[in-house]
Amino acid sequence: MPKVIENQPLSDMIWKMKVEVPRLVTKAKAGQFVIIRVNETGERVPMSIAGLDRDAGLLTVIYQVVGKTSALMTTIEAGGEISDCVGPLGLPTHVKKWGTACVVGGGIGIAPIYPISQAWKEVGNKVHAIIGSRNKDLLFYEEEHRAVADELHICTDDGSYGHHGFVSDVLKNLIDSGEKIDMVMAIGPVPMMRVVANLTKEYDVPTWVSLNPLMIDGTGMCGGCRVSVGGETKFACVEGPDFDGHKVDFDLLVSRLSAYRDQERTAMKKLLENPKCQLTKAVRAFKYPN
Amino acid sequence: MIKKLKPKERMKIPRAIMPEQDPQVRNRNFDEVPCGLTEEQALTEAMRCLDCPKQPCVAGCPVEVDIPGFINLILEKDFAGAARRIKATNSLPAICGRVCPQEEQCEQVCIVGKKHKPVAIGHLERFVADYERDNDLVQLPEIAPPTGLKVAIVGSGPSGLTVAGDLVKLGHDVTIFEALHKPGGVLVYGIPEFRLPKAIVQAECDVLAQMGVKFQNSTVIGKLDTVDELFEQGFDAVFIGTGAGLPNFMGIEGENLIGIYSANEYLTRSNLMGAFKGEETDTPIIHGNNVAVLGGGNTAMDSVRTGLRLGAENAYIVYRRSEVEMPARIEEIHHAKAEGIQFHLLTNPIRFIGDENGKVKAMELIKMELGEPDASGRRRPVPIEGSNYIMEVDLVVVAIGNSSNPLVQATTPGLDTNKWGNITVNEETMETSRKGVYAGGDIVTGGATVILAAGAGKVAARAMHKYLMEEIKK
Ligand SMILES: Cc1cc2nc3c(=O)[nH]c(=O)nc-3n(C[C@H](O)[C@H](O)[C@H](O)COP(=O)(O)OP(=O)(O)OC[C@H]3O[C@@H](n4cnc5c(N)ncnc54)[C@H](O)[C@@H]3O)c2cc1C
Ligand SMILES: Cc1cc2nc3c(=O)[nH]c(=O)nc-3n(C[C@H](O)[C@H](O)[C@H](O)COP(=O)(O)OP(=O)(O)OC[C@H]3O[C@@H](n4cnc5c(N)ncnc54)[C@H](O)[C@@H]3O)c2cc1C
Ligand code: SF4
Ligand code: FES
Repeated sequence: MPKVIENQPLSDMIWKMKVEVPRLVTKAKAGQFVIIRVNETGERVPMSIAGLDRDAGLLTVIYQVVGKTSALMTTIEAGGEISDCVGPLGLPTHVKKWGTACVVGGGIGIAPIYPISQAWKEVGNKVHAIIGSRNKDLLFYEEEHRAVADELHICTDDGSYGHHGFVSDVLKNLIDSGEKIDMVMAIGPVPMMRVVANLTKEYDVPTWVSLNPLMIDGTGMCGGCRVSVGGETKFACVEGPDFDGHKVDFDLLVSRLSAYRDQERTAMKKLLENPKCQLTKAVRAFKYPN
Repeated sequence: MIKKLKPKERMKIPRAIMPEQDPQVRNRNFDEVPCGLTEEQALTEAMRCLDCPKQPCVAGCPVEVDIPGFINLILEKDFAGAARRIKATNSLPAICGRVCPQEEQCEQVCIVGKKHKPVAIGHLERFVADYERDNDLVQLPEIAPPTGLKVAIVGSGPSGLTVAGDLVKLGHDVTIFEALHKPGGVLVYGIPEFRLPKAIVQAECDVLAQMGVKFQNSTVIGKLDTVDELFEQGFDAVFIGTGAGLPNFMGIEGENLIGIYSANEYLTRSNLMGAFKGEETDTPIIHGNNVAVLGGGNTAMDSVRTGLRLGAENAYIVYRRSEVEMPARIEEIHHAKAEGIQFHLLTNPIRFIGDENGKVKAMELIKMELGEPDASGRRRPVPIEGSNYIMEVDLVVVAIGNSSNPLVQATTPGLDTNKWGNITVNEETMETSRKGVYAGGDIVTGGATVILAAGAGKVAARAMHKYLMEEIKK
């Protein structure tokens, strides 16, 4: 069983976990993901690769507490184990010299665009990184991104740090300022990816988005992860997770993500009420946004 | 016990009826449906066998189990010996006794069956295998001294498990790489508990582990390591038994609505992830009130019976041909009917209709009639114009077959496949176009049966041993 080397909060609900999976780490590439199972009765949850330390054999995932499994993940102490970590899954992000490229990360998406930024930079692109969150406390990986990107742009929804506004506003300003962007990669909550894709469509800038449908096996066996791209059904776990943002049916994605809403909420409620579960005070205070 | 009965007297004994859970009870639980023969039943049933010199049953078995031989051992009350006799050619009798289509194989050609009901060979097979396991009589076979040669097996379905067992016995160092977190292939993720208890599959895997087979679960070959990298890591031969695990969809309007599953997804959620156990496990599953399953194979029957057990008021099979063309085992169709499954035959869906939340709420169906025979020899169903009607459903399971998963083929240069993406092999050896690489089971044949996969594993193991000893060991 894979060993957890580090597991700590970056903010109340956003955590960073490092898992020892040496073989996986040598093979994994930016844009791919893993599937984690916390314990023997646990769900299989997909998590993007947010960092690879090939020398130490460590994989970093950054996760947000949104339900039972992500909450359970916070209870694993450094030195503990998770039942499974399978991968690398999915296709890697295209790495090519586009010219000037822009990676856009919103919320939890700040994590997976970091290795993509690195990979694009390594092959000689000029890289703009735009990272944004709801407020200053939720922002993370600023230093990591600053060390890689040619230019780092930061924004918060409430203006508590960086530009006041959404990542899409910053991207729009950047394009309007005359910077010719040749390629965009956007990862974050579905509404954010949709807004970015709509924007770049207007400007005719090719844009990849990384889709996060519900998954089980992650190998093409179940079809639960199907998304619609350009009118065609695709299995995101094997044909993605990256797709042409201008062709994705975001409505379908949002709808399918809500399939188990009631069951998920009941499970989370039970967990939060269970005094035996080793949750931090902050995590125990979890509330659904609506 | 063995009073020498005359054939005529033997034929007079009625075929044993395996006790079963009552249909109206079992359709709400996941416990196994048939409960197994009692010792007395098994002994009486064994007396029905005529011990025919020509042994048509043996020829009817895809792996030529010595059927009269093991039945004679039952008569001698050497049940464990009988199980061992079967295992000489079929490593998975407890599983095959439950899921093989005996009615199309050994029992179809049984001499007794000409005038009466055939000997219940499958029931007897199950009886001896269960007896051996339940009484801790399973003996580890003798393992040959280590050959120092390493074999990698990709996929832990019946084909992979069979190859592993045979090669480990011969002294090879065997590792099974499995993509999922539990070994067994379709036996664990597809076939439900009420037809094949998972403890039985686990017991088979445990025996293999005791024999020295190493299991590396959660390892996707083609992603983590490629076949070529396995050779680089020192494996001397590779067997590919990755199954037919890519679900087909209908390709009709509304198929991505919430509440429309592939059978693989539905069964995986229920079986592998344990959703049938309710809140004990974390993976959710949709509980439908009106569940429609599209298709007529074993997968469809397993899905629809799962739907019923998860609380459906109405559970339908929707199949575009008639009952005689259904590929499911007859026993399973009977079981389904007894449990209250409703059959809509000669019917095909043409679109799915969703509600405002993107959930399926109905489907439009069209009636079919049978026309001329098609390539498969079955009469081709053709739609009857104007016969459309709407059926209210809140859960649909698409069980219209699987294609081959391309992961391994796409990452193994020089591995030949046919136009469906199945790996092509020399059928006498299961050798692929790549030296030292063998394949068998559904990845070669397309969706078939457990015993054919296991049989392919036997053939491959024999050829792999020869290859290893003659060309690698030297
Ligand atoms: C390829 C891929 C990469 C991902 N990478 C990350 C990552 O790096 N960090 C991270 O925090 N999350 C990531 N996710 C999402 C993550 O898998 C889910 O948040 C997780 O499964 C939620 O499980 P839960 O039991 O905690 O919540 P649940 O109770 O199951 O769900 C709570 C809420 O989260 C939503 N949700 C559930 N599953 C997913 C999902 N697969 N994707 C998006 N939303 C979901 C539900 O719609 C629901 O509203 C990724 C998903 C995919 C498919
Ligand atoms: C629901 C259902 C019911 C059935 N009922 C019956 C029945 O009653 N009787 C009968 O005889 N047959 C039945 N069958 C058919 C039978 O189960 C199959 O023919 C048989 O299991 C095929 O065996 P296999 O060894 O080829 O592979 P499978 O059992 O398909 O197993 C393949 C394994 O390989 C793994 N794998 C795939 N790709 C990779 C990879 N890249 N790396 C690592 N691992 C990988 C998969 O995860 C899987 O575990 C049924 C099938 C289904 C789906
Ligand atoms: S054909 Fe039937 S009666 Fe004859 S040996 Fe086989 S099982 Fe016995
Ligand atoms: S997650 Fe099962 S096919 Fe993609």
